[in-house]
Amino acid sequence: MFSLEHVSKRFGTFVALENLTLQFPSGAVTAVIGSSGSGKSTILRLLLGLELPDAGLVRVDGVAVSAANRLAIRRRIGYVIQEGGLFPHLTVRDNLALLPRHLKWSRARIDARTLELAELVEMPASALTRFPLELSGGQRQRVAVMRALMTDPPALLLDEPLGALDPLVRFELQERLRQLFRVLGKTVVLVTHDLPEAAFIAPRLVLLRAGRVIQDGTPAELYERPADDFVRRFVAAYRPPPLPHSKVSS
Amino acid sequence: MRSRLGKVLCALAFTGVLVAGLAATPSETPIVGSKDFTESIILGELLRLEASREGLKLDHRRAMGGSAILWQALRVGSIDAYPEYTGTLTQELLAQLPQPVSLEALTRALSELGLAMSSPLGFEDRYALGVPETLAQRLGVRTISDLRAHPTLRFALSNEFMSRADGWSGLRAAYGLSPVTVRGLDHSLAYHALGQGAADVTDVYTTDPEVDAEHIRLLDDDRNFFPSYQAVWLYRLESARRWPALESSMQALAGHVTLSAMRSLNAQVQLKRRPESAVAAQFLSTTSPGEQGWGRRLAQRTREHLALVAVSLGLALALGLPLGVVAAKAPRFGRAVLGLTVVLQTIPSLAMLVFMIPLLGIGARPAIATLFLYSLLPIVRNTMVGLSSLPAELITSAASLGLPWQVQLLRIELPLAARTILAGVSTAAVINVGTATLGALIGAGGYGEPILTGIRLNNVPLILEGAVPAAVMALLVMGLFQWLEYLVTPRGLRLRVDA
Repeated sequence: MFSLEHVSKRFGTFVALENLTLQFPSGAVTAVIGSSGSGKSTILRLLLGLELPDAGLVRVDGVAVSAANRLAIRRRIGYVIQEGGLFPHLTVRDNLALLPRHLKWSRARIDARTLELAELVEMPASALTRFPLELSGGQRQRVAVMRALMTDPPALLLDEPLGALDPLVRFELQERLRQLFRVLGKTVVLVTHDLPEAAFIAPRLVLLRAGRVIQDGTPAELYERPADDFVRRFVAAYRPPPLPHSKVSS
Repeated sequence: MRSRLGKVLCALAFTGVLVAGLAATPSETPIVGSKDFTESIILGELLRLEASREGLKLDHRRAMGGSAILWQALRVGSIDAYPEYTGTLTQELLAQLPQPVSLEALTRALSELGLAMSSPLGFEDRYALGVPETLAQRLGVRTISDLRAHPTLRFALSNEFMSRADGWSGLRAAYGLSPVTVRGLDHSLAYHALGQGAADVTDVYTTDPEVDAEHIRLLDDDRNFFPSYQAVWLYRLESARRWPALESSMQALAGHVTLSAMRSLNAQVQLKRRPESAVAAQFLSTTSPGEQGWGRRLAQRTREHLALVAVSLGLALALGLPLGVVAAKAPRFGRAVLGLTVVLQTIPSLAMLVFMIPLLGIGARPAIATLFLYSLLPIVRNTMVGLSSLPAELITSAASLGLPWQVQLLRIELPLAARTILAGVSTAAVINVGTATLGALIGAGGYGEPILTGIRLNNVPLILEGAVPAAVMALLVMGLFQWLEYLVTPRGLRLRVDA
């Protein structure tokens, strides 16, 4: 569904992406991983037309993204960011209804879709009339996912959706997202710097460094046949649990 | 959605045009203006009362400002007549005429401008040098030339006299005066200085009531330095044709206001604090129509003041809000707009009012235009800052939804920035309530009228009659905006404060 062909993008002197070529086939779930500043988020922003490439082509369903068509393209994509990006002045319900209302959906249709999605992400109906600041971090991310799915777009882009959550909530939502992506069958691109999370959710991992693809494959390939020393270190950069025989002083 | 925003903007623009149009409707009643000092206002009242005796209703715009303002107002037709002095005409307003100016030359120059001058009223209000009577007797000083023999006499001269060519510098040269001490001070303080023995010589106007009250001897201008300042009516030829009673009223007064009469009229207002209209009515042995009670005066001024503030603020919102939005979206344009409004803000309000007169005449319109320009900065800046300081993730989030920019602006960005924008509007409104008092300088009415008159007459109760309601209105406006701010702040944003 998405393809980047020889795409370069700079911000001032900072090189975000360098001659990058990458495909995201329809219906596939892909995780893009890498350290901060490796260009992960820039890929999503290019797909949405929030940025335009300095060189190369970004295509959505074969059509090059441009200033003229990006509004239409954005409506075919759900987008979730780290803090949810919910509008604090609107209730959950009104946050969800922004685009549908503009598309002249009936009230009944909006309500029905809202309840359907609330069930899907396990969001209590009572929370729908609350404002974002009255919700927990996990609830906010569930609402953000609901908003991204409101008009049932064929693709979902997620930029560190669980990055700001505490470990327990994060663990639970990782499970939830993995199930969701299987059920929905949408094209999903998940950006995260957390390798275990990426490996748990996505069957395909793309590892980025300094705007280039270092390795592109299954989680197993990444763990077993790291492409270079950087990948090896990236894979190893997780602390093992304490050894069972370590003593607890009493 | 595009069309809805367009309609809103169109409606706002249309309202602006409508308001401007209403304000421009020409008046059916002739208007006499007066300068911002007692004598001129009394003369204006005299003409109003005389005209009413002849069956003509005449509006009197009191204390509109200095010569330059009245002259402009007459030339553009905002007023139909006002009292002027021949010296001001020959020395300032028509200074380009070859000197000395003959009466024929003056009449011709005026008629080329569509103006005319009446016969002299009967008194001269010109500069003279005054010395306390006792001191003058002791020293035997009768003429200005006599001062040369007493260089130690302390001169306290009004700032205006010091700066005028026909004032101190010319006088000193003409008489060869070289006093040891010369100080500049405000004209109204000069008599106090003389009375308290802090100074010996000051410049006075020949009709100042203090000349009698403080026993000041006016020195003879034995070298005829001071030009003649005969009081006359200046009027528009067109107005005289339209209202014959206006011209006949002016001629009826000509020759009947003597120097001692004028001094005594001034004394009754300035020293005895009687209203100008009553003093004028007494002089004409008639009753004064159109005097209002305190409550009605306050209501009238409140209406005028509110209209100035509300209309100017409405217009500033109609332009400032869209300008602020564009400025936030296009930073380079934004900086230019902001720079321009900052420059506007640095223009002193008095100067701004004067700039407006040739463009818009006098009355409410130039005052509204001035207030409108002053309101732009806080509104444009707060709109721009409010919009451009929204959190980046919300901007991204709004853009990624696939909503057109108008919807993003109306549904997301403006509501989130509403509090900041409203704070700017509130600042503009409160400043406007204060600045609108200056509108009285150019005949816009409002609370400034009693304040200016009070300052002129050193009458504190009269100043308070304008200052207190202005302060109350400023507080009410602030309260109103605090309430509005509470209303426009969405409940979801108020939580942040509670949390």
